[in-house]
Amino acid sequence: MFDVIIIGGGPAGLAAARKCCEEGLEKILIIERDSQLGGILNQCIHTGFGVGIFHEELSGPEFAHKYIEMLKGTRVEVMLDTMVLEINKDKEVTIINHDGYQKLQTKAIILAMGCRERSRGAIATPGSRGAGVYTAGAAQRYINIDGYMVGKRVVILGSGDIGLIMARRMTLEGAKVLACVEINPYSGGLPRNIVQCLNDFDIPLYLSHTITKIEGENRVEKVTISKVDERFTPIPGTEIEFDCDTVLLSIGLVPENELSKVAGIQLDKRTKGPIVYENMETSIPGIFACGNVVHVHDLADNVAMEAERAAQGVSDYLKGCEREAEISLSTTSEIGYTVPQHIHLPLDKDRYDIFFRVRKVFGPAYILVKDQEGNQIARFSRQYIIPGTMEKITLPKVLLQKGKGNLTVSIEEK
Amino acid sequence: MTELICIGCPRGCHLKVDEENDYAVTGNNCNVGAEYGRNELINPTRTLTTTVRLTNSVHHSLPVKSAHPIPKKDLFKAMEELNGIEVPAPVKCGDVVYRNVADSGVDVIATRDLD
Ligand SMILES: Cc1cc2nc3c(=O)[nH]c(=O)nc-3n(C[C@H](O)[C@H](O)[C@H](O)COP(=O)(O)OP(=O)(O)OC[C@H]3O[C@@H](n4cnc5c(N)ncnc54)[C@H](O)[C@@H]3O)c2cc1C
Ligand code: SF4
Repeated sequence: MFDVIIIGGGPAGLAAARKCCEEGLEKILIIERDSQLGGILNQCIHTGFGVGIFHEELSGPEFAHKYIEMLKGTRVEVMLDTMVLEINKDKEVTIINHDGYQKLQTKAIILAMGCRERSRGAIATPGSRGAGVYTAGAAQRYINIDGYMVGKRVVILGSGDIGLIMARRMTLEGAKVLACVEINPYSGGLPRNIVQCLNDFDIPLYLSHTITKIEGENRVEKVTISKVDERFTPIPGTEIEFDCDTVLLSIGLVPENELSKVAGIQLDKRTKGPIVYENMETSIPGIFACGNVVHVHDLADNVAMEAERAAQGVSDYLKGCEREAEISLSTTSEIGYTVPQHIHLPLDKDRYDIFFRVRKVFGPAYILVKDQEGNQIARFSRQYIIPGTMEKITLPKVLLQKGKGNLTVSIEEK
Repeated sequence: MTELICIGCPRGCHLKVDEENDYAVTGNNCNVGAEYGRNELINPTRTLTTTVRLTNSVHHSLPVKSAHPIPKKDLFKAMEELNGIEVPAPVKCGDVVYRNVADSGVDVIATRDLD
Protein backbone atom coordinates (compact mmCIF):
# COMPACT_ATOMS: atom_id res chain seq x y z
CA MET A 1 0.00 0.00 0.00
CA PHE A 2 1.41 3.38 -1.03
CA ASP A 3 0.71 6.65 0.79
CA VAL A 4 0.68 8.50 -2.51
CA ILE A 5 1.10 7.64 -6.16
CA ILE A 6 2.07 10.53 -8.43
CA ILE A 7 1.16 10.07 -12.10
CA GLY A 8 3.63 11.93 -14.34
CA GLY A 9 7.30 12.80 -13.80
CA GLY A 10 7.38 16.37 -15.20
CA PRO A 11 7.98 19.41 -12.98
CA ALA A 12 4.54 18.95 -11.36
CA GLY A 13 5.21 15.34 -10.39
CA LEU A 14 8.81 16.00 -9.31
CA ALA A 15 7.96 19.00 -7.12
CA ALA A 16 4.99 17.15 -5.60
CA ALA A 17 7.21 14.16 -4.75
CA ARG A 18 9.83 16.35 -3.10
CA LYS A 19 7.23 18.08 -0.95
CA CYS A 20 5.52 14.79 0.00
CA CYS A 21 8.90 13.57 1.17
CA GLU A 22 9.48 16.75 3.19
CA GLU A 23 6.03 16.30 4.75
CA GLY A 24 7.14 12.91 6.04
CA LEU A 25 5.05 10.61 3.85
CA GLU A 26 6.57 7.12 3.84
CA LYS A 27 5.63 5.33 0.63
CA ILE A 28 5.82 7.71 -2.34
CA LEU A 29 5.82 6.52 -5.96
CA ILE A 30 6.22 8.48 -9.22
CA ILE A 31 4.98 6.69 -12.34
CA GLU A 32 6.26 8.03 -15.70
CA ARG A 33 5.56 6.57 -19.13
CA ASP A 34 8.74 7.99 -20.70
CA SER A 35 12.21 6.47 -20.17
CA GLN A 36 13.34 9.55 -18.22
CA LEU A 37 12.01 12.06 -15.70
CA GLY A 38 11.48 15.73 -16.58
CA GLY A 39 8.41 15.66 -18.82
CA ILE A 40 8.18 18.43 -21.39
CA LEU A 41 11.21 20.16 -19.81
CA ASN A 42 13.59 17.76 -21.58
CA GLN A 43 12.79 19.30 -24.93
CA CYS A 44 12.57 22.92 -23.68
CA ILE A 45 16.29 23.59 -24.00
CA HIS A 46 15.87 27.39 -23.89
CA THR A 47 16.35 29.37 -20.68
CA GLY A 48 13.48 30.99 -18.81
CA PHE A 49 12.80 28.48 -16.06
CA GLY A 50 13.49 28.75 -12.36
CA VAL A 51 13.48 32.52 -11.77
CA GLY A 52 10.61 32.17 -9.27
CA ILE A 53 11.98 29.18 -7.36
CA PHE A 54 15.76 29.05 -7.79
CA HIS A 55 16.30 32.78 -8.49
CA GLU A 56 18.35 32.04 -11.58
CA GLU A 57 17.45 31.63 -15.19
CA LEU A 58 17.73 27.95 -16.06
CA SER A 59 16.99 25.90 -19.16
CA GLY A 60 14.25 23.27 -18.99
CA PRO A 61 16.68 20.33 -18.56
CA GLU A 62 18.58 22.23 -15.83
CA PHE A 63 15.33 22.91 -13.96
CA ALA A 64 14.45 19.20 -14.12
CA HIS A 65 18.01 18.28 -13.12
CA LYS A 66 17.72 20.30 -9.89
CA TYR A 67 14.61 18.39 -8.84
CA ILE A 68 15.99 15.00 -9.93
CA GLU A 69 19.12 15.67 -7.83
CA MET A 70 16.97 16.64 -4.81
CA LEU A 71 15.09 13.33 -5.06
CA LYS A 72 18.26 11.20 -5.24
CA GLY A 73 18.81 9.21 -2.05
CA THR A 74 15.32 9.98 -0.70
CA ARG A 75 12.60 7.37 -0.20
CA VAL A 76 10.75 8.48 -3.34
CA GLU A 77 10.42 5.51 -5.69
CA VAL A 78 10.30 5.99 -9.45
CA MET A 79 8.84 3.65 -12.09
CA LEU A 80 9.89 4.65 -15.61
CA ASP A 81 8.60 3.26 -18.92
CA THR A 82 5.33 2.65 -17.12
CA MET A 83 1.96 3.80 -18.34
CA VAL A 84 -1.00 4.34 -16.04
CA LEU A 85 -4.04 2.86 -17.78
CA GLU A 86 -6.74 3.54 -15.25
CA ILE A 87 -7.44 4.92 -11.80
CA ASN A 88 -10.64 4.75 -9.77
CA LYS A 89 -12.25 6.41 -6.77
CA ASP A 90 -11.05 3.57 -4.51
CA LYS A 91 -7.52 4.67 -5.45
CA GLU A 92 -6.53 1.61 -7.37
CA VAL A 93 -3.96 2.43 -10.03
CA THR A 94 -3.72 0.10 -13.03
CA ILE A 95 -0.37 0.16 -14.80
CA ILE A 96 1.41 -1.56 -17.66
CA ASN A 97 5.15 -1.91 -18.30
CA HIS A 98 7.77 -4.52 -19.30
CA ASP A 99 6.71 -6.67 -16.35
CA GLY A 100 3.12 -6.68 -17.56
CA TYR A 101 -0.17 -5.48 -16.17
CA GLN A 102 -0.56 -4.68 -12.46
CA LYS A 103 -2.90 -3.00 -9.97
CA LEU A 104 -1.38 -0.88 -7.19
CA GLN A 105 -3.28 0.32 -4.12
CA THR A 106 -2.63 3.75 -2.64
CA LYS A 107 -4.19 6.05 -0.04
CA ALA A 108 -3.94 9.18 -2.22
CA ILE A 109 -3.20 10.06 -5.84
CA ILE A 110 -1.66 13.16 -7.42
CA LEU A 111 -2.49 13.66 -11.09
CA ALA A 112 0.45 15.33 -12.88
CA MET A 113 -0.01 14.14 -16.47
CA GLY A 114 0.56 17.53 -18.14
CA CYS A 115 -1.15 18.38 -21.40
CA ARG A 116 -1.02 17.58 -25.07
CA GLU A 117 -0.97 19.83 -28.12
CA ARG A 118 -4.00 20.66 -30.16
CA SER A 119 -3.36 19.32 -33.64
CA ARG A 120 -4.47 20.28 -37.13
CA GLY A 121 -7.69 18.25 -36.87
CA ALA A 122 -8.78 20.39 -33.95
CA ILE A 123 -8.88 23.54 -36.08
CA ALA A 124 -9.56 22.16 -39.56
CA THR A 125 -6.98 24.07 -41.62
CA PRO A 126 -8.16 24.08 -45.21
CA GLY A 127 -6.04 22.75 -48.06
CA SER A 128 -4.18 19.62 -49.13
CA ARG A 129 -2.54 17.18 -46.79
CA GLY A 130 1.08 17.20 -47.93
CA ALA A 131 3.91 16.39 -45.50
CA GLY A 132 5.53 19.25 -43.63
CA VAL A 133 2.78 20.19 -41.17
CA TYR A 134 3.88 19.61 -37.58
CA THR A 135 2.71 20.70 -34.18
CA ALA A 136 5.33 23.04 -32.74
CA GLY A 137 5.98 20.69 -29.82
CA ALA A 138 6.58 17.71 -32.11
CA ALA A 139 9.02 19.81 -34.15
CA GLN A 140 10.72 20.86 -30.91
CA ARG A 141 11.20 17.23 -30.00
CA TYR A 142 12.60 16.29 -33.44
CA ILE A 143 15.12 19.12 -33.38
CA ASN A 144 16.16 19.19 -29.72
CA ILE A 145 16.08 15.51 -28.79
CA ASP A 146 16.30 13.50 -32.01
CA GLY A 147 18.62 16.01 -33.64
CA TYR A 148 17.17 16.59 -37.08
CA MET A 149 15.69 19.63 -38.80
CA VAL A 150 12.10 19.62 -39.96
CA GLY A 151 12.23 22.27 -42.71
CA LYS A 152 13.90 25.25 -44.37
CA ARG A 153 11.16 27.82 -45.01
CA VAL A 154 8.61 27.98 -42.26
CA VAL A 155 5.27 29.60 -41.45
CA ILE A 156 4.06 29.33 -37.86
CA LEU A 157 0.35 29.32 -37.06
CA GLY A 158 -0.41 30.57 -33.56
CA SER A 159 1.73 32.77 -31.34
CA GLY A 160 1.74 30.71 -28.15
CA ASP A 161 5.07 30.32 -26.38
CA ILE A 162 5.98 27.04 -28.07
CA GLY A 163 5.52 28.62 -31.51
CA LEU A 164 7.60 31.66 -30.55
CA ILE A 165 10.39 29.56 -29.05
CA MET A 166 10.43 27.41 -32.18
CA ALA A 167 10.60 30.47 -34.45
CA ARG A 168 13.89 31.39 -32.80
CA ARG A 169 15.17 27.83 -32.67
CA MET A 170 14.54 27.16 -36.36
CA THR A 171 16.11 30.51 -37.31
CA LEU A 172 19.27 29.78 -35.31
CA GLU A 173 19.49 26.38 -36.99
CA GLY A 174 19.48 28.07 -40.40
CA ALA A 175 15.82 27.97 -41.44
CA LYS A 176 13.96 31.06 -42.67
CA VAL A 177 10.85 31.75 -40.61
CA LEU A 178 8.65 33.81 -42.91
CA ALA A 179 5.78 34.66 -40.60
CA CYS A 180 4.09 33.98 -37.31
CA VAL A 181 0.33 34.16 -37.86
CA GLU A 182 -2.11 34.76 -34.99
CA ILE A 183 -5.90 34.79 -35.37
CA ASN A 184 -6.46 36.89 -32.23
CA PRO A 185 -5.67 40.62 -32.14
CA TYR A 186 -3.08 39.82 -29.41
CA SER A 187 -0.37 37.20 -28.94
CA GLY A 188 -0.97 34.28 -26.59
CA GLY A 189 2.73 34.13 -25.66
CA LEU A 190 4.79 35.91 -23.03
CA PRO A 191 5.86 39.44 -24.08
CA ARG A 192 9.53 38.54 -23.49
CA ASN A 193 9.22 35.77 -26.06
CA ILE A 194 7.84 38.19 -28.67
CA VAL A 195 10.94 40.31 -28.06
CA GLN A 196 13.65 37.67 -27.97
CA CYS A 197 12.17 35.16 -30.43
CA LEU A 198 10.47 37.29 -33.11
CA ASN A 199 11.77 40.88 -32.88
CA ASP A 200 15.40 39.79 -32.42
CA PHE A 201 15.27 38.06 -35.80
CA ASP A 202 12.90 40.43 -37.61
CA ILE A 203 10.22 37.75 -37.94
CA PRO A 204 6.91 39.45 -38.71
CA LEU A 205 3.91 38.75 -36.46
CA TYR A 206 0.59 38.95 -38.30
CA LEU A 207 -2.13 39.57 -35.70
CA SER A 208 -5.81 39.04 -36.66
CA HIS A 209 -4.65 36.75 -39.49
CA THR A 210 -5.03 33.04 -40.14
CA ILE A 211 -3.92 30.44 -42.66
CA THR A 212 -6.63 30.06 -45.30
CA LYS A 213 -4.88 27.61 -47.63
CA ILE A 214 -2.05 25.10 -47.54
CA GLU A 215 -0.93 23.85 -50.98
CA GLY A 216 1.44 21.08 -52.11
CA GLU A 217 0.89 17.47 -53.13
CA ASN A 218 3.63 15.52 -51.37
CA ARG A 219 5.15 18.30 -49.32
CA VAL A 220 3.88 21.75 -48.36
CA GLU A 221 4.80 24.23 -51.12
CA LYS A 222 2.73 27.31 -50.48
CA VAL A 223 0.66 28.84 -47.68
CA THR A 224 -1.92 31.61 -48.00
CA ILE A 225 -2.87 33.76 -45.03
CA SER A 226 -5.74 36.24 -44.75
CA LYS A 227 -6.81 38.94 -42.35
CA VAL A 228 -9.88 38.07 -40.26
CA ASP A 229 -12.76 40.19 -38.96
CA GLU A 230 -13.99 40.26 -35.33
CA ARG A 231 -15.80 36.98 -35.85
CA PHE A 232 -12.60 35.35 -37.14
CA THR A 233 -14.00 35.14 -40.69
CA PRO A 234 -11.30 35.63 -43.38
CA ILE A 235 -11.69 38.91 -45.31
CA PRO A 236 -11.46 38.37 -49.11
CA GLY A 237 -8.81 40.43 -50.85
CA THR A 238 -6.39 40.42 -47.89
CA GLU A 239 -4.50 37.27 -48.91
CA ILE A 240 -0.71 37.06 -48.63
CA GLU A 241 1.15 34.05 -50.08
CA PHE A 242 4.34 32.46 -48.76
CA ASP A 243 6.48 29.87 -50.55
CA CYS A 244 7.41 27.49 -47.76
CA ASP A 245 7.98 23.80 -47.04
CA THR A 246 6.88 23.66 -43.42
CA VAL A 247 3.97 24.79 -41.25
CA LEU A 248 4.23 24.64 -37.47
CA LEU A 249 1.02 24.66 -35.46
CA SER A 250 1.18 26.35 -32.08
CA ILE A 251 -2.52 26.52 -31.45
CA GLY A 252 -2.81 25.63 -27.83
CA LEU A 253 -2.52 22.89 -25.30
CA VAL A 254 -5.24 20.73 -23.81
CA PRO A 255 -4.90 19.14 -20.35
CA GLU A 256 -4.47 15.37 -20.59
CA ASN A 257 -7.47 14.04 -18.68
CA GLU A 258 -8.47 10.66 -20.08
CA LEU A 259 -7.64 9.02 -16.74
CA SER A 260 -9.57 11.66 -14.79
CA LYS A 261 -12.68 11.24 -16.96
CA VAL A 262 -12.81 7.47 -16.56
CA ALA A 263 -12.38 7.84 -12.79
CA GLY A 264 -15.42 10.12 -12.70
CA ILE A 265 -13.52 13.25 -11.65
CA GLN A 266 -15.47 16.42 -12.45
CA LEU A 267 -13.82 18.49 -15.17
CA ASP A 268 -14.17 22.21 -15.83
CA LYS A 269 -15.40 22.88 -19.38
CA ARG A 270 -13.32 26.05 -19.50
CA THR A 271 -9.93 24.72 -18.37
CA LYS A 272 -10.54 21.14 -19.61
CA GLY A 273 -8.87 20.10 -16.34
CA PRO A 274 -10.29 18.84 -13.03
CA ILE A 275 -12.27 21.29 -10.89
CA VAL A 276 -10.08 21.82 -7.83
CA TYR A 277 -10.15 23.22 -4.31
CA GLU A 278 -7.49 25.53 -2.86
CA ASN A 279 -5.48 22.46 -1.79
CA MET A 280 -5.65 21.08 -5.35
CA GLU A 281 -8.06 18.31 -4.35
CA THR A 282 -10.39 17.20 -7.13
CA SER A 283 -14.08 16.30 -6.77
CA ILE A 284 -12.98 12.86 -5.50
CA PRO A 285 -11.55 13.12 -1.96
CA GLY A 286 -7.96 11.90 -1.85
CA ILE A 287 -7.30 12.53 -5.54
CA PHE A 288 -5.32 15.72 -6.14
CA ALA A 289 -4.05 17.36 -9.33
CA CYS A 290 -1.39 19.92 -10.27
CA GLY A 291 0.45 21.45 -13.21
CA ASN A 292 -0.68 21.49 -16.81
CA VAL A 293 -3.21 18.72 -16.20
CA VAL A 294 -5.27 21.32 -14.27
CA HIS A 295 -4.77 24.40 -16.46
CA VAL A 296 -2.10 25.47 -18.92
CA HIS A 297 0.78 27.28 -17.17
CA ASP A 298 3.34 29.58 -18.81
CA LEU A 299 5.88 28.96 -16.08
CA ALA A 300 7.30 25.77 -14.64
CA ASP A 301 7.89 27.69 -11.40
CA ASN A 302 4.14 28.18 -10.97
CA VAL A 303 3.67 24.50 -11.78
CA ALA A 304 6.09 23.55 -9.01
CA MET A 305 4.40 25.83 -6.47
CA GLU A 306 1.01 24.40 -7.35
CA ALA A 307 2.47 20.91 -6.93
CA GLU A 308 3.64 21.81 -3.44
CA ARG A 309 0.10 22.86 -2.55
CA ALA A 310 -1.17 19.51 -3.83
CA ALA A 311 1.44 17.66 -1.76
CA GLN A 312 0.48 19.65 1.32
CA GLY A 313 -3.14 18.75 0.55
CA VAL A 314 -2.27 15.06 0.45
CA SER A 315 -0.38 15.32 3.72
CA ASP A 316 -3.37 16.99 5.44
CA TYR A 317 -5.75 14.46 3.87
CA LEU A 318 -3.75 11.54 5.25
CA LYS A 319 -3.86 13.15 8.69
CA GLY A 320 -7.64 13.17 8.35
CA CYS A 321 -8.54 16.87 7.99
CA GLU A 322 -12.32 17.28 8.07
CA ARG A 323 -14.05 19.43 5.44
CA GLU A 324 -17.63 20.62 5.76
CA ALA A 325 -18.62 23.06 3.08
CA GLU A 326 -17.20 25.30 0.39
CA ILE A 327 -17.16 28.72 -1.23
CA SER A 328 -17.40 28.69 -5.03
CA LEU A 329 -15.67 31.21 -7.28
CA SER A 330 -17.22 32.40 -10.49
CA THR A 331 -16.09 35.01 -13.01
CA THR A 332 -17.59 37.58 -15.32
CA SER A 333 -17.18 37.09 -19.06
CA GLU A 334 -13.84 38.93 -19.47
CA ILE A 335 -12.13 36.27 -17.35
CA GLY A 336 -11.69 32.75 -18.73
CA TYR A 337 -11.67 30.79 -15.47
CA THR A 338 -10.20 30.66 -11.97
CA VAL A 339 -8.11 27.98 -10.28
CA PRO A 340 -9.10 26.98 -7.68
CA GLN A 341 -12.79 26.91 -8.54
CA HIS A 342 -13.74 26.18 -4.88
CA ILE A 343 -12.39 26.93 -1.42
CA HIS A 344 -12.96 24.48 1.44
CA LEU A 345 -14.61 25.62 4.67
CA PRO A 346 -13.65 26.07 7.46
CA LEU A 347 -10.94 28.47 6.28
CA ASP A 348 -7.73 27.01 7.69
CA LYS A 349 -5.07 28.95 5.75
CA ASP A 350 -3.89 32.52 6.24
CA ARG A 351 -3.85 33.33 2.55
CA TYR A 352 -5.52 32.00 -0.58
CA ASP A 353 -3.92 32.38 -4.02
CA ILE A 354 -6.32 32.59 -6.97
CA PHE A 355 -5.02 32.19 -10.54
CA PHE A 356 -6.83 33.14 -13.72
CA ARG A 357 -6.47 34.27 -17.31
CA VAL A 358 -8.26 37.15 -19.03
CA ARG A 359 -9.82 36.84 -22.48
CA LYS A 360 -8.60 40.19 -23.87
CA VAL A 361 -5.90 42.79 -23.34
CA PHE A 362 -6.49 45.31 -20.53
CA GLY A 363 -4.61 48.54 -19.84
CA PRO A 364 -4.73 49.98 -16.30
CA ALA A 365 -7.47 48.07 -14.48
CA TYR A 366 -8.76 46.79 -11.16
CA ILE A 367 -9.41 43.15 -10.33
CA LEU A 368 -12.51 43.07 -8.13
CA VAL A 369 -13.72 40.32 -5.83
CA LYS A 370 -17.37 40.56 -4.76
CA ASP A 371 -19.48 38.35 -2.54
CA GLN A 372 -22.92 36.90 -3.22
CA GLU A 373 -24.63 40.10 -2.12
CA GLY A 374 -22.52 42.23 -4.42
CA ASN A 375 -20.30 43.66 -1.67
CA GLN A 376 -16.74 44.24 -2.77
CA ILE A 377 -14.39 42.33 -0.47
CA ALA A 378 -11.10 43.01 -2.29
CA ARG A 379 -9.66 45.18 -5.07
CA PHE A 380 -6.28 44.80 -6.80
CA SER A 381 -4.72 47.38 -9.11
CA ARG A 382 -2.78 46.40 -12.26
CA GLN A 383 -0.97 48.44 -14.95
CA TYR A 384 -1.97 45.89 -17.57
CA ILE A 385 -3.48 42.40 -17.72
CA ILE A 386 -2.90 40.24 -20.79
CA PRO A 387 -4.12 36.80 -21.90
CA GLY A 388 -0.54 35.58 -22.42
CA THR A 389 0.36 35.83 -18.74
CA MET A 390 -1.42 34.01 -15.94
CA GLU A 391 -2.67 36.49 -13.33
CA LYS A 392 -2.60 35.86 -9.59
CA ILE A 393 -4.35 37.52 -6.65
CA THR A 394 -3.92 36.66 -2.98
CA LEU A 395 -6.91 36.84 -0.68
CA PRO A 396 -6.12 36.99 3.04
CA LYS A 397 -8.35 34.87 5.26
CA VAL A 398 -9.70 37.97 7.06
CA LEU A 399 -11.13 39.31 3.80
CA LEU A 400 -12.67 35.96 2.90
CA GLN A 401 -14.33 35.81 6.30
CA LYS A 402 -16.01 39.17 5.58
CA GLY A 403 -17.68 37.89 2.39
CA LYS A 404 -21.10 36.24 2.39
CA GLY A 405 -21.48 33.07 0.33
CA ASN A 406 -19.92 32.55 -3.08
CA LEU A 407 -17.53 34.98 -4.75
CA THR A 408 -17.26 36.54 -8.20
CA VAL A 409 -14.03 37.83 -9.75
CA SER A 410 -14.27 40.59 -12.36
CA ILE A 411 -12.17 43.28 -14.09
CA GLU A 412 -12.95 46.98 -14.18
CA GLU A 413 -11.00 49.32 -16.44
CA LYS A 414 -9.63 52.39 -14.66
CA MET B 1 13.35 57.92 -25.06
CA THR B 2 13.11 54.26 -26.11
CA GLU B 3 10.42 51.85 -24.93
CA LEU B 4 11.42 48.23 -24.34
CA ILE B 5 10.00 45.10 -22.78
CA CYS B 6 12.43 43.64 -20.26
CA ILE B 7 13.36 40.03 -20.97
CA GLY B 8 15.14 39.62 -17.62
CA CYS B 9 12.35 37.49 -16.21
CA PRO B 10 8.88 36.34 -17.24
CA ARG B 11 7.22 39.38 -15.69
CA GLY B 12 8.09 41.38 -18.82
CA CYS B 13 8.17 44.93 -17.37
CA HIS B 14 7.58 47.80 -19.81
CA LEU B 15 10.76 49.89 -19.66
CA LYS B 16 11.55 53.43 -20.79
CA VAL B 17 15.20 54.21 -21.44
CA ASP B 18 16.32 57.85 -21.62
CA GLU B 19 19.33 58.09 -23.97
CA GLU B 20 19.64 61.81 -23.20
CA ASN B 21 20.00 61.15 -19.51
CA ASP B 22 22.79 58.53 -19.26
CA TYR B 23 20.41 55.72 -20.26
CA ALA B 24 18.31 56.09 -17.12
CA VAL B 25 15.67 53.35 -16.97
CA THR B 26 12.14 53.69 -15.58
CA GLY B 27 9.31 51.14 -15.40
CA ASN B 28 11.58 48.36 -14.12
CA ASN B 29 10.68 46.37 -11.03
CA CYS B 30 14.24 45.35 -10.20
CA ASN B 31 17.88 46.08 -11.00
CA VAL B 32 18.09 43.46 -13.72
CA GLY B 33 15.70 45.64 -15.72
CA ALA B 34 17.82 48.77 -15.25
CA GLU B 35 20.88 46.95 -16.50
CA TYR B 36 19.01 45.27 -19.34
CA GLY B 37 17.53 48.56 -20.57
CA ARG B 38 20.92 50.24 -20.63
CA ASN B 39 22.77 47.30 -22.24
CA GLU B 40 20.07 46.76 -24.80
CA LEU B 41 20.79 50.17 -26.31
CA ILE B 42 24.58 50.06 -25.91
CA ASN B 43 25.55 46.41 -26.44
CA PRO B 44 22.62 43.96 -26.57
CA THR B 45 23.45 40.44 -25.37
CA ARG B 46 21.59 37.11 -25.24
CA THR B 47 22.12 33.71 -23.66
CA LEU B 48 22.47 31.20 -26.50
CA THR B 49 20.79 27.82 -26.04
CA THR B 50 21.15 25.04 -28.60
CA THR B 51 22.18 21.40 -28.93
CA VAL B 52 25.46 19.79 -29.99
CA ARG B 53 26.03 16.33 -31.40
CA LEU B 54 26.56 13.67 -28.74
CA THR B 55 28.61 10.55 -29.54
CA ASN B 56 29.09 7.31 -27.64
CA SER B 57 25.46 7.29 -26.42
CA VAL B 58 21.95 6.20 -27.35
CA HIS B 59 21.03 9.90 -27.25
CA HIS B 60 21.78 12.05 -30.31
CA SER B 61 21.87 15.60 -28.96
CA LEU B 62 23.16 17.30 -25.87
CA PRO B 63 21.44 20.53 -24.79
CA VAL B 64 23.93 23.34 -24.06
CA LYS B 65 23.97 27.07 -23.28
CA SER B 66 26.43 29.92 -23.17
CA ALA B 67 27.45 30.22 -19.52
CA HIS B 68 26.75 33.97 -19.79
CA PRO B 69 25.02 36.16 -22.36
CA ILE B 70 27.04 36.85 -25.51
CA PRO B 71 26.70 39.80 -27.92
CA LYS B 72 23.53 39.43 -29.95
CA LYS B 73 25.37 40.02 -33.22
CA ASP B 74 27.55 36.93 -32.60
CA LEU B 75 24.68 34.43 -32.16
CA PHE B 76 24.94 33.03 -35.70
CA LYS B 77 28.73 32.82 -35.58
CA ALA B 78 28.43 30.88 -32.32
CA MET B 79 25.86 28.54 -33.89
CA GLU B 80 28.22 27.86 -36.79
CA GLU B 81 31.06 26.95 -34.42
CA LEU B 82 28.85 24.71 -32.30
CA ASN B 83 27.37 22.94 -35.33
CA GLY B 84 30.87 21.65 -36.05
CA ILE B 85 31.59 19.97 -32.71
CA GLU B 86 30.91 16.54 -31.24
CA VAL B 87 30.93 15.74 -27.54
CA PRO B 88 31.47 12.18 -26.26
CA ALA B 89 29.18 10.87 -23.50
CA PRO B 90 29.06 10.69 -20.52
CA VAL B 91 28.50 14.37 -19.79
CA LYS B 92 27.49 16.08 -16.55
CA CYS B 93 25.25 19.12 -16.25
CA GLY B 94 27.57 22.16 -16.08
CA ASP B 95 30.54 20.55 -17.93
CA VAL B 96 32.29 22.95 -20.31
CA VAL B 97 31.91 21.56 -23.84
CA TYR B 98 33.40 24.49 -25.82
CA ARG B 99 35.58 27.43 -24.82
CA ASN B 100 35.40 31.09 -25.82
CA VAL B 101 32.54 30.76 -28.28
CA ALA B 102 32.64 33.32 -31.14
CA ASP B 103 35.57 34.99 -29.37
CA SER B 104 33.18 36.28 -26.74
CA GLY B 105 35.25 35.05 -23.82
CA VAL B 106 32.24 32.97 -22.76
CA ASP B 107 32.25 29.15 -22.47
CA VAL B 108 29.45 26.82 -23.54
CA ILE B 109 28.23 24.34 -20.92
CA ALA B 110 26.06 21.21 -20.91
CA THR B 111 22.61 21.69 -19.41
CA ARG B 112 21.92 18.10 -18.43
CA ASP B 113 23.55 14.79 -17.49
CA LEU B 114 23.64 12.31 -20.37
CA ASP B 115 25.25 8.85 -20.44
C1 LIG C 1 7.59 24.84 -25.64
C2 LIG C 1 7.35 25.22 -24.23
C3 LIG C 1 8.06 26.29 -23.73
C4 LIG C 1 7.93 26.63 -22.40
N1 LIG C 1 8.71 27.66 -21.91
C5 LIG C 1 8.74 27.92 -20.58
C6 LIG C 1 9.66 28.89 -20.01
O1 LIG C 1 10.43 29.54 -20.73
N2 LIG C 1 9.66 29.05 -18.69
C7 LIG C 1 8.84 28.34 -17.88
O2 LIG C 1 8.91 28.48 -16.64
N3 LIG C 1 7.92 27.45 -18.38
C8 LIG C 1 7.86 27.22 -19.71
N4 LIG C 1 6.96 26.29 -20.23
C9 LIG C 1 5.92 25.75 -19.35
C10 LIG C 1 6.33 24.55 -18.52
O3 LIG C 1 7.37 23.85 -19.13
C11 LIG C 1 5.15 23.64 -18.35
O4 LIG C 1 4.10 24.39 -17.84
C12 LIG C 1 5.49 22.52 -17.38
O5 LIG C 1 6.54 21.73 -17.91
C13 LIG C 1 4.28 21.62 -17.14
O6 LIG C 1 4.64 20.61 -16.21
P1 LIG C 1 3.77 19.33 -15.92
O7 LIG C 1 4.58 18.51 -14.99
O8 LIG C 1 2.41 19.73 -15.54
O9 LIG C 1 3.64 18.59 -17.33
P2 LIG C 1 4.68 17.78 -18.24
O10 LIG C 1 6.03 18.39 -18.18
O11 LIG C 1 4.02 17.67 -19.56
O12 LIG C 1 4.77 16.34 -17.56
C14 LIG C 1 3.73 15.38 -17.60
C15 LIG C 1 4.34 14.00 -17.54
O13 LIG C 1 3.33 13.03 -17.32
C16 LIG C 1 3.60 11.89 -18.07
N5 LIG C 1 2.33 11.16 -18.26
C17 LIG C 1 1.19 11.62 -18.84
N6 LIG C 1 0.23 10.68 -18.83
C18 LIG C 1 0.77 9.59 -18.22
C19 LIG C 1 0.26 8.28 -17.92
N7 LIG C 1 -0.98 7.92 -18.23
N8 LIG C 1 1.09 7.40 -17.28
C20 LIG C 1 2.37 7.78 -16.96
N9 LIG C 1 2.89 8.99 -17.23
C21 LIG C 1 2.11 9.88 -17.85
C22 LIG C 1 4.19 12.44 -19.35
O14 LIG C 1 4.97 11.48 -20.01
C23 LIG C 1 5.04 13.61 -18.83
O15 LIG C 1 6.36 13.24 -18.54
C24 LIG C 1 7.04 25.93 -21.56
C25 LIG C 1 6.30 24.86 -22.08
C26 LIG C 1 6.43 24.49 -23.40
C27 LIG C 1 5.63 23.32 -23.92
S1 SF4 D 1 12.66 44.62 -14.54
FE1 SF4 D 1 13.09 42.92 -13.16
S2 SF4 D 1 11.04 42.21 -12.63
FE2 SF4 D 1 10.76 43.44 -14.47
S3 SF4 D 1 10.91 41.96 -16.17
FE3 SF4 D 1 12.96 42.81 -15.84
S4 SF4 D 1 13.94 41.31 -14.51
FE4 SF4 D 1 11.73 40.94 -14.36
